Amino acid sequence: MLSLDATQLQLMISILAQKLKVSAGFFLGSALLGGVAQLRAQENYFITYSHEMEEPGNLEIAAKNVSGAPKGSNPFVATALEFEYGLQTWWTTELYLDGQSTFSQSTLFTGFRLENRIRPLLREHWINPVLYFEFEDINGADKVLLEVVGHDSRADFLPRNNRAEKLREAELKLILSSNFRGWNVSENVIAEKNLNASPWEFGYAVGASRALAQAASAKPCRFCRENFALGTEMYGGLGDRYSFGLAGTSHYLGPVAIWNIPRGPTLRLSPNFGLNHNSNGFLMRFMLAYEFDQFFSKLRGQR
Amino acid sequence: MISRYISCALLTLTLTGILLASAGDGEWLHKVPAKDRNRPNPFAGDPDAPAAGGKIFAEHCAQCHGEDAQGKAEGKHIRPNLHAERVKQATPGELFWLLTNGSQKNGMPSWSRLPDGQRWQVITYLKSLP
Repeated sequence: MLSLDATQLQLMISILAQKLKVSAGFFLGSALLGGVAQLRAQENYFITYSHEMEEPGNLEIAAKNVSGAPKGSNPFVATALEFEYGLQTWWTTELYLDGQSTFSQSTLFTGFRLENRIRPLLREHWINPVLYFEFEDINGADKVLLEVVGHDSRADFLPRNNRAEKLREAELKLILSSNFRGWNVSENVIAEKNLNASPWEFGYAVGASRALAQAASAKPCRFCRENFALGTEMYGGLGDRYSFGLAGTSHYLGPVAIWNIPRGPTLRLSPNFGLNHNSNGFLMRFMLAYEFDQFFSKLRGQR
Repeated sequence: MISRYISCALLTLTLTGILLASAGDGEWLHKVPAKDRNRPNPFAGDPDAPAAGGKIFAEHCAQCHGEDAQGKAEGKHIRPNLHAERVKQATPGELFWLLTNGSQKNGMPSWSRLPDGQRWQVITYLKSLP
């Protein structure tokens, strides 16, 4: 499954370094423009959603990146630039702009996604449901892999970058999530439909995570244990309406490490391992997120 | 057909809005179950807890309640002054319940994502305010 020779690895590293420079520049610029902005992304995972919502009025900008070297194709790095805004305590809306760069092929914009998350139960419960609605307008070259559904497999990464294939899809998720004794455990059930013709496709994502310290230290610090969290997540496809099940599906598993830098950005890293021959052998995910407190109030000059 | 769906969606949103608006300020105090109301603060005697709680407050709460916890008015939202008598009178258990559940109608999110210990430290800080 894993097929990285030295040249491919070198190429992947050089693309990654380039992407990191762009992301760092972007976030430094954003921080300077935004004045006193603050930290902390909500979610602890890359694919799995928990019931944490964006705080009302806050805008989070994040670059979610994934890189890989599929067997039989060239190394790639794909980025989903995420703008997440808290409309209400129970309603979060997001815009994603997707793009990717494949070595020896091209670098291209691959589409956008609009999503809304609504939390129907306002109090904290043992299991907290969140309803998720997404519309995506992407093309066949999209590689950000923000979910795996149906019979998605590594074969989807093999064709040359092709913008001709249009995918206009609706996606529904039922997010179930619990916080207990410092742990978060989240489960997502995914249903996705290509609005042109295809049948409903299904998928899942599950994750568990925990902060390294349950109480904060009294002194300000960047490397205190309370600023770090560790977790794991697993996600994959469940077939479609006509062939529901695990046959011909792909699945991934990986640890997640999170560093919330006080009054700074959040960094997240997750090496993902393919669990069967339909999966990519290895994917490296990394994310840099920055949150702007009370974004529009500050724009209007109310502090 | 589509207009019927839109009408249903608008009606649902309106009803939700009315339900959310029906709760009054400070009403959350009456919703706290007795077993939560009487929970003791495990960090009450910890000399470091107010400073640690102040750090968490600056990180997560000051954006709405102000660096000095004096509250803020942002547009139509009034962010309460945490030096207020109502906060002083509230038991640690009641404040813990509020931090855990939030007061969604008033724009206060749930902070259940903070570990229990950190929420208790914030309460210790609030109780140390003059």
